[in-house]
Amino acid sequence: MSLSECNVHLKAASCFCMWVKFSKSLTVAETVEDEDEKESFKADDTVISASEDEGGSDDERKHRKLLDAISSLGGKKRRKLAERSEASAQISEFSVSAEGAGEKITLSDLIGTIEKTSVISKTKKQLKNLKNRHDTLELPLSRQQTEKIQREVAYGKTSKEVSSWQGVVVRNQKAEQLVFPLNQEPSGPKPVEQMVTGWKAQTPLEQEIFNLLHMNKQPLHDPVLTPTEEASLKAMSLEEAKIRRAELQKVRALQSYYEAKAKREKKIKSKKYHKVLNKAKRKEFLKQFEEMRKTDPAAALEQLQKMELGRMQERMSLKHQNSGKWAKSRAIMAKYDNEARKAMQQQLEVNKELTQKLAVPSDSEDEEGPEEEAPALPDFVNEAEPADATNPWMMGKLTVEAPEPGEGSDTEPPAGGFQEQENPEDGAEEEEVTEEEALLRQFEERRKLRQTQNGGQDVVPGEKEGEVAEIVNEGDAVGVVEISDNDDDDEEVEDEVSEFNSLFQKLAEKEQVAVIEEATTNNAGAESCEEPALLEEGLTRLRSLEDMDLLSQDVSIETGEPAVQSSVTAASEETAIPQLKKKKKNMIDCNEVLTKEAKVIKIHIAPTAIEEEEENEEEQKMIIKEAFAGDDVISDFLKDKKKLEAAGKPKVVDLTLPGWGEWGGLGLKPSRKKRRRFCVKADPPPPRRDQNLPSVIISEKRNSSIAMHQVSQLPFPFESPEQFESCIRTPIGNTWNTQRTVQKLTAPKVITQMGAIIEPITKEDFMKGKTLATTRKQPDIIDFLPRWFKPEMEMNK
Amino acid sequence: MKVKVLCRNPDDYVRETTKDIQRVPRNYDPSLHPFEIPREFTRALNATKLERVFAKPFLASLDGHRDGVNCMAKHPASLSTLLSGSCDGEVKMWNLTKRECTRTLQAHEGFVRGMCTRFCGTSFFTVGDDKTIKQWKMEAPSYGEEEEPLTTILGKAVYTGIDHHWKEGIFATCGQQVDIWDEQKSSPIRTFSWGVDSFNSVRFNPVETHLLASCASDRSIVLYDMREATPLKKVIMKLRSNTLCWNPMEAFNFTCANEDYNLYSFDMRRLDVPKVVHMDHVSAVLDLDYSPTGMEFVSASFDKTVRIFPKDSGRSREVYHTKRMQHVICVKWSPDNKYILTGSDEMNIRLWKANASEKLGVLSPREKAAMNYNQKLKDKFQHHPQVRRIARHRHLPKPVYSQSKELRVMKEARRRKERNVHKHSKPGSVPLVTEKEKHVLTVVK
Repeated sequence: MSLSECNVHLKAASCFCMWVKFSKSLTVAETVEDEDEKESFKADDTVISASEDEGGSDDERKHRKLLDAISSLGGKKRRKLAERSEASAQISEFSVSAEGAGEKITLSDLIGTIEKTSVISKTKKQLKNLKNRHDTLELPLSRQQTEKIQREVAYGKTSKEVSSWQGVVVRNQKAEQLVFPLNQEPSGPKPVEQMVTGWKAQTPLEQEIFNLLHMNKQPLHDPVLTPTEEASLKAMSLEEAKIRRAELQKVRALQSYYEAKAKREKKIKSKKYHKVLNKAKRKEFLKQFEEMRKTDPAAALEQLQKMELGRMQERMSLKHQNSGKWAKSRAIMAKYDNEARKAMQQQLEVNKELTQKLAVPSDSEDEEGPEEEAPALPDFVNEAEPADATNPWMMGKLTVEAPEPGEGSDTEPPAGGFQEQENPEDGAEEEEVTEEEALLRQFEERRKLRQTQNGGQDVVPGEKEGEVAEIVNEGDAVGVVEISDNDDDDEEVEDEVSEFNSLFQKLAEKEQVAVIEEATTNNAGAESCEEPALLEEGLTRLRSLEDMDLLSQDVSIETGEPAVQSSVTAASEETAIPQLKKKKKNMIDCNEVLTKEAKVIKIHIAPTAIEEEEENEEEQKMIIKEAFAGDDVISDFLKDKKKLEAAGKPKVVDLTLPGWGEWGGLGLKPSRKKRRRFCVKADPPPPRRDQNLPSVIISEKRNSSIAMHQVSQLPFPFESPEQFESCIRTPIGNTWNTQRTVQKLTAPKVITQMGAIIEPITKEDFMKGKTLATTRKQPDIIDFLPRWFKPEMEMNK
Repeated sequence: MKVKVLCRNPDDYVRETTKDIQRVPRNYDPSLHPFEIPREFTRALNATKLERVFAKPFLASLDGHRDGVNCMAKHPASLSTLLSGSCDGEVKMWNLTKRECTRTLQAHEGFVRGMCTRFCGTSFFTVGDDKTIKQWKMEAPSYGEEEEPLTTILGKAVYTGIDHHWKEGIFATCGQQVDIWDEQKSSPIRTFSWGVDSFNSVRFNPVETHLLASCASDRSIVLYDMREATPLKKVIMKLRSNTLCWNPMEAFNFTCANEDYNLYSFDMRRLDVPKVVHMDHVSAVLDLDYSPTGMEFVSASFDKTVRIFPKDSGRSREVYHTKRMQHVICVKWSPDNKYILTGSDEMNIRLWKANASEKLGVLSPREKAAMNYNQKLKDKFQHHPQVRRIARHRHLPKPVYSQSKELRVMKEARRRKERNVHKHSKPGSVPLVTEKEKHVLTVVK
């Protein structure tokens, strides 16, 4: 029955009842209408209260009424049914009508009659909502299912718990040696105090002593350790102590090494070495100072003052002023000896440097250049080409710079202009590497210039290659100003240049003349195009002549190349070295240079790639052909067999000794007769077993008598025969090994103590093994009893 | 600064007393001692031979029971004490060093089905066919005192096994169901049953002490956690397991002795496949016990032999038997890892060495060193056919020998058939089942 239908019905009924309202005579048929009407008037009353008001008559009647009311809700059809059914059937013992047996009574049936009262409508709404909601509680699971879930959860939990033993089990499996029982007391003497705990002081003397002990907080009984001892025990276990000792040992060793090194360095008499060292230190100091200036200006100021003080002292003293005894003697020699002159000059330079007024920190970098340069220069001059071509510094320079003898004849860039070009680049501090390069390049150019001017240049004999490194290092700091310095005193520079000249000469000479010529012809007009070719030719020789050809031809591809080509001009170099910028500043890595070259190669390899592919295909075919064409198995087999036979034949042993019974010496051979006499011919071997079997090779190596003693299969734990063999090969007996080694090698896998009960492993053992170092328990008296007594004692307690 | 100087310690070359052997400086130059491998091989061969010569494992037979020995229990604190219960309800306490019975008590009417000692060794429990659990004092009653149990619990059904918790006053019995008892209470604190009506044995885990496992007559092994209300898991095998034993050093591993002549080692976290199948017995395996080191276990079988298996090996390393020993019903490994005790049908308890050729008693250091060296040599050359042949050679009683041969033939035939079936059927239709997988039917969650 729908609610709307019911409502329509009720409305009609209420209209009818308007005039009946006051008449108390109510028929049974009208009851329902009457009730409804009442309710509609009494807005506040609930259903039940209304019925109670009505209920003046007996229960039965009321009940009947209710039933009728309910039945009337169903509409005509139901009412008809009700009429037909028996009275007894209508009133069931559960006070719910049994009529319309198949149908259910829904909530709306019961409440639908109530109309429009505000409270009830609210509840109605709620009920409606409830009806619309479908998420009802499910039936509880069956017992079996619940138990199953419980079991699974419990099992998961337990197995997880048990898995915590996995590590221990694996460790025990892998252990070289296991000692049972697991939680053994450490052997060795025990403190007396523990052994005599039961004892008590009785005599006055003893008591006095005990009092004294008490005063000093000496423990008497169970914890036999003083608090400090306890603390120390807690602080460090045996293992920790061992670790600490090892550390100390290491530190001591390091210290001794350091001392030895310092001593060694101190002993070095080489001035140059110390000079370099000092320079490095100074540089380091400056760097630090620079940093300090930024971070801690106050300290920097202090430092500055100190430096100023040093300068003042230097100015006041006669040191480095060529006034000492040594300087005087040098002065005498200076007339004749070049070196003495240089030494004096050097000293003056030092003085100059030390008395130099410190510049304002901001331009210190630029200023420092000349300061440092001054003493550096003479070294530079003294120096000559290192013979070692493997020096990475040289390699780096050369590969970047590509010295070319031909170039000098072609071009001579104006030095000033060059520097102007350089300057902006160098201004950017990051490019220290490029600075060095620029410097070296300049030298190179000057060298070329000199070469063209006068073919033979006197070359100062070389000393050390380390010097070169030094120079370059200087170059880092020196920067532009140094170069300008060089310009100022041309002669000096020329000296340097001559040096570099010879330095690179050899390498340059090695280059293929043809290549050079080609390069020069190709790039005759523009010098910018020249350099790259040389660059690539430089020691790395990553391209051949053909490549060079291609390079010159493929202009379109060379779009990327000018960067490399124009390495002479600084501007272009800047574009060329962006990769380098990011890399290490001080060291020039050969690989870096190589990568640079590789770029070029990539370019001209590209067009040939297709051809190569084609070639590859052909090669593939050839390979396949080869693989299958020359499959002359039979002849191979015969060859193999012959080889084996030949190998099996015993060789003639020549026992001739030269010089016995005749002259011996270089170029002399023992006589034929003698040789014949002393050649020992072995007996022919027994005939091979495959002698008469043309298509079979039977190996003669296998010896059946030995096979009996050999292991046929690789045993389990071993992974390769070699492993197994090496295991067998190592003797373990004391015939071959020292006693200690034998003890170690023959240590049994499991050690059990005689008469000791081995308890199952416990969490404590496992924890103990884990953190043996950290948690060391106080020695407890109970621990001295065998472990299996403990529980009993607990029981007794 | 480290100063290095030449120093010579007199201890290295001067003997302490004149009784000492002279210290002989040795030159270990390998060229002076050629033929290392052959010489060591010979030594290994000799050591192996001597091992077999000295292999006399049988130590003593303890007689006194008037019926077959049905169960035994080790004393947790005393190495020399052994308890045994027989099929006539008698319990005997033995002193192993003296090899004599120290105490006899009539514990039950009918079989003594199971017995266990309290973890502290002050008392022991027995269960019997008379449906009772009895707790007895370990000490013998003083003169004039009557032999009476400390407590007696009368149950509703026969208890077939008992085991005590390793740390607390709790024990477990099995019969119609698995019960967990508090020693102070007369009714079980927990009862587990899972559709089975008879359990053969129950064992507490010695490491994770709240875990226990039981074997049931429906061919299953059931795991329990004492703290949970339900059992944990059940694995059903092809045939019934008689007993099981947990590995005392590996908390999650246990081995069960099965009716199908095999023993199966399980990881309780992976019950679907046994870790190792130990085969060698030719009849039902009745009992087993782990060595206290957890490296090996010993098994007793209905085929009148006792075998020792390494825990990882599928084959036994040792077999013990004597002419007079009948079906071995129970076996124990002594807690010092040295001895094995077996109780058999013909009323005797036998004491064996766990390592057949071991020399008993105190060894001098040289003896010990020689023993270690020989052992190492044997290990080193164990794969060489000559050595292996000698090391593996055992004499077997004729029935066992013929039976094992027969079994081998049967197995081979079965394997061949399986292979052929696999070969001649559609690929994929007949899966290859490994030996391990064969014996487990299902795992019930």
